[in-house]
Amino acid sequence: MDQLIQIAYLLAASSFILGLKFLSSPETAPRGMLLAQGGMLVAVIATLLNYGIVSYGLILSGIVIGAAIGTLMATKVQMTDMPQMVALLNGFGGLSSALVGGAEYLRAQPNLTPQAVITIALTVLIGMATLTGSLIAFAKLQALMKSAPLLFRFQHGLNFLLFLIALGLFAVLTVAPGTSFAFWALAALAAILGFLIVIPIGGGDMPVVISLLNSYSGLAAAASGFVLSNTVLIISGSLVGSAGIILSQLMCKAMNRSLANVLFGGFGHAETAAQTVAGDSAEKAPPPAQPEVQSATPEAAAEIFKKAKSVIIVPGYGMAVAQAQHTVKSLATLLQAQGTTVSYAIHPVAGRMPGHMNVLLAEADVPYDQLIDMDDINEDFENTDVSLVIGANDVVNPAADTDPESPIYGMPILHVEGSKTVMVLKRSMKPGFAGIENPLFFKPNTLMIFGDAKGTVERMVAALA
Amino acid sequence: MLIFSITLFVLATFLGYELISKVPPLLHTPLMSGANAISGITLVGAILAAGTGASNLSTYLGLFAVIFATINVVGGFMVTRRMLLMFKKSTKKD
Repeated sequence: MDQLIQIAYLLAASSFILGLKFLSSPETAPRGMLLAQGGMLVAVIATLLNYGIVSYGLILSGIVIGAAIGTLMATKVQMTDMPQMVALLNGFGGLSSALVGGAEYLRAQPNLTPQAVITIALTVLIGMATLTGSLIAFAKLQALMKSAPLLFRFQHGLNFLLFLIALGLFAVLTVAPGTSFAFWALAALAAILGFLIVIPIGGGDMPVVISLLNSYSGLAAAASGFVLSNTVLIISGSLVGSAGIILSQLMCKAMNRSLANVLFGGFGHAETAAQTVAGDSAEKAPPPAQPEVQSATPEAAAEIFKKAKSVIIVPGYGMAVAQAQHTVKSLATLLQAQGTTVSYAIHPVAGRMPGHMNVLLAEADVPYDQLIDMDDINEDFENTDVSLVIGANDVVNPAADTDPESPIYGMPILHVEGSKTVMVLKRSMKPGFAGIENPLFFKPNTLMIFGDAKGTVERMVAALA
Repeated sequence: MLIFSITLFVLATFLGYELISKVPPLLHTPLMSGANAISGITLVGAILAAGTGASNLSTYLGLFAVIFATINVVGGFMVTRRMLLMFKKSTKKD
């Protein structure tokens, strides 16, 4: 029986590996995920056959409740809210691993070895930190709390102190595994640490944070695999762990920042400062050397579209906020009907999670072969009549190339400024997440079209139709 | 046993790195939610924790672990499928 269970676990682990492999193409991906689901089912059934299991009713009721909640979440969630959903699921994964650790701590008393207690404590530490960190990320994304970084004095000092206390509790548990107090204190401390680690990180850095928490939820599962000496938990947990690590690396590279800078930098804090400065200067006289921006109405923009042979659409988080993806697709359809080529330029950190823009546009029925990654489309802007920037800012800011003083200097950007006309859809002249002026807005070939992105595109569509 | 676990962990991490590097940015969001669902494999641990009926408290911790892990598995896989089915190629032939 035991051997059969092990074989089932091997099948499950293989199905996850193949599932991830099939994700290398959108055509094979659905099949891969079906395979992984099958593997999960096999693993669960095999575990239920374990002779040690006595309380089936309890387990099945837990599964029914969880499946109902999961189904509800997965079917109700809006595509624009995917980052929140993933954040929440990361948190639940972490919590569940932490709970497994806690249950195992109680069960294995009083015969806990130092080795066992260390792996259990590690599981609880990572799991609880993942839970509270993810809840904060969720709250920031859902606008339940301000997405700006929350900074206070001695923040790093406090984190370091808590970290030292955690190490101390580890030491106590190693020497005396039965010290329940130290164990539960460690769980509480981990929860506080997760909270403190995420509050100083701003909304625009969420792609990195979510990727990292995704990785942690995998590591927590792997750690619980160490506790239970369970192969499928270790393998799957480490697969997920490395997925999250790769994604956070990619996101950091796309912002030209180190992971340490994202985690400890409090980046985007300048946002509020820049806003107040802008507010002040608006009341007084405008700075003399400031060139005027050219603005246009959506109808005037539509006239330019009528003559355009090629259009590249650059979506950003603003498109998600305005829920404008379907309207944007209507605009693209009209343009294509008049013979204009339309493609979409996707910056890796556009939006609030990796791949956010791709999912939104796919939802609006934009074929994925029109969604082009930054590196593949950047040389096309030179030969493009109109670049339409919708709710993106820092990812098209030429200061990243030209101004060594700029905080985003060195960040790879989409070179929209090379196209004949650049249209920027924006609510106001307020700076973006990084709180930086965008010289693009003042270029002679740039037209600013102020207003809600969805409303603006709707007016363009009406003028073109 | 510990060294065996560590071996598995290290090898699977390398494998994961190779696999995930091949996933195009286009699919990064489904990748995250799918990976999320896979990390719900902790459900296996949760079932063992809830089902072996050691003490009252550990059983209840296990029960909650089962609930949250199932949300992760079911929610993760369903939403991943929902997203993946939205990705379509141009119907027009070039």
